[in-house]
Amino acid sequence: MAYLTCNHLALGYEGKVMVSDLNFEVNKGDYLCIVGENGAGKSTLVKTLLHLKDALSGQIITGDGLKPYEVGYLPQQTVVQKDFPATVQEIVLSGTLAKCGRKFFYGKAELALEKEKMKRMEIWDLRKKCYRNLSGGQKQRVLLARALCATGKVILLDEPVTGLDPKVTAEFYQVTKELSEEGISVIMVSHDIQAVSYATHILHVEREHSFYGTKEEYLKSDKWKLFQCIGENGEWEA
Amino acid sequence: MIEKFEYYIEYPFVRYALIVGVLIALCSSLLGVTLVLRRFSFIGDGLSHVAFGAMAVATIFNLTNDTIFIMPVTVLAAILLLKTGQNTKLKGDAAIAMLSVGALAIGYLVLNVFSTSANITGDVCSTLFGSTSILTLTKEEVVMCIVMSVIVVVFYVLFYNRIFSVTFDENFTKAMGKRADVYNLLIAIITAVIIVLAMNLVGSLLVSALIIFPALSAMRLMYSFKGVVLYAAVLSVLGAFFGMLISILFSTPVGSTIVLIHILIFFFNCILGKILGR
Repeated sequence: MAYLTCNHLALGYEGKVMVSDLNFEVNKGDYLCIVGENGAGKSTLVKTLLHLKDALSGQIITGDGLKPYEVGYLPQQTVVQKDFPATVQEIVLSGTLAKCGRKFFYGKAELALEKEKMKRMEIWDLRKKCYRNLSGGQKQRVLLARALCATGKVILLDEPVTGLDPKVTAEFYQVTKELSEEGISVIMVSHDIQAVSYATHILHVEREHSFYGTKEEYLKSDKWKLFQCIGENGEWEA
Repeated sequence: MIEKFEYYIEYPFVRYALIVGVLIALCSSLLGVTLVLRRFSFIGDGLSHVAFGAMAVATIFNLTNDTIFIMPVTVLAAILLLKTGQNTKLKGDAAIAMLSVGALAIGYLVLNVFSTSANITGDVCSTLFGSTSILTLTKEEVVMCIVMSVIVVVFYVLFYNRIFSVTFDENFTKAMGKRADVYNLLIAIITAVIIVLAMNLVGSLLVSALIIFPALSAMRLMYSFKGVVLYAAVLSVLGAFFGMLISILFSTPVGSTIVLIHILIFFFNCILGKILGR
């Protein structure tokens, strides 16, 4: 059974349907890239998958041992975070709160988990540094480490490469690719055309006839041609 | 100077005032860090004006204990503000501004029309800018203040990790299955309680200074969340303590003196931050 299965999902605001009939699933180790035009409902889908918002209709089924709140989240940068006084360590540690249950304080297990994930993301040396002084790429690694502390199964990245330079972007994609090869499912929302090359599956969100399939199927479809026209032409090498 | 201080400290009411002042300062600075970082600085201001309005209404009904009326009204306003903050139709800051001036106007109107006191202007002025009421605290009020402060500090320590998480990233906290709404509600309620208590000390117009100044000063120097919280608490306690001392020794208004000290602390920290390159 898949980690996440979405059946006939309809999304929107206050009864207004933005997207209907979304069907897709995420299995262990999948790398799902969610693409679509601005305003197509990608952000709404993210919120729904995280239980921040209810779907208008349809269902999201979790399986294969995944609990409903076990999706690690890498959000878009918020205004609040721009000048937030916090060390890297404090931020990553807050991800382990998911494992704390009713406990008030972090224990040895949480600290060990944090150390492991920070080393994995190569930010262990930055642990005492202030988050607001980090570069864009470092910030994303910190937030990725926090998401990995929250879950070992599925991570959901919302436009993670916005504002990163091409080199850092490529590095970041490489890290996510490695994670998916290690068995962590990656769901990434992006309007970056490069992202598609790293994915195993694509969900192209549209009002009615959304596309879901493997990358190979997608590259043969009309939607891909459309997406290429919208995105930066020629950036991506197949 | 020291003699004069020793002379004053003999009086129980001076000791009460110092204890209460320091405790209120401690609590307000703790919450202040969260409120400032989440761009809720104005909530303190809005709620204190609501509390002023409630106090005016309480005065006409000649309630023996104002707090019984003021506290629930302010807590309700805090919850309302939090809810409208999430509603996109009426933006958070606009809602606060509306409630804030509205309550202020109604409060003054009510006092003017219904008050039986001979010196309305004096009453209003002392409620807005703090009064001698900090020096006329009864033992019961002091005990209540101590109990409230202990509750706030214990809450803050126990929920520290969750407060950090909610402050830094509310959506992420929710996505972990943590009940961010509950923490938000608790923070709002405690803020309201602190504001009502703090009104005795500095008056309703100056309450938000106690909330925002220590946090802002601490953020000039500290770069970890824990550092900011602890440093803000220290600054706030020092500011309140010395502010009150100065106001007693030189008979200046308590509220304004404390705020002045905080302004000086803020600039001191700004300069220090620049020198240290933070």
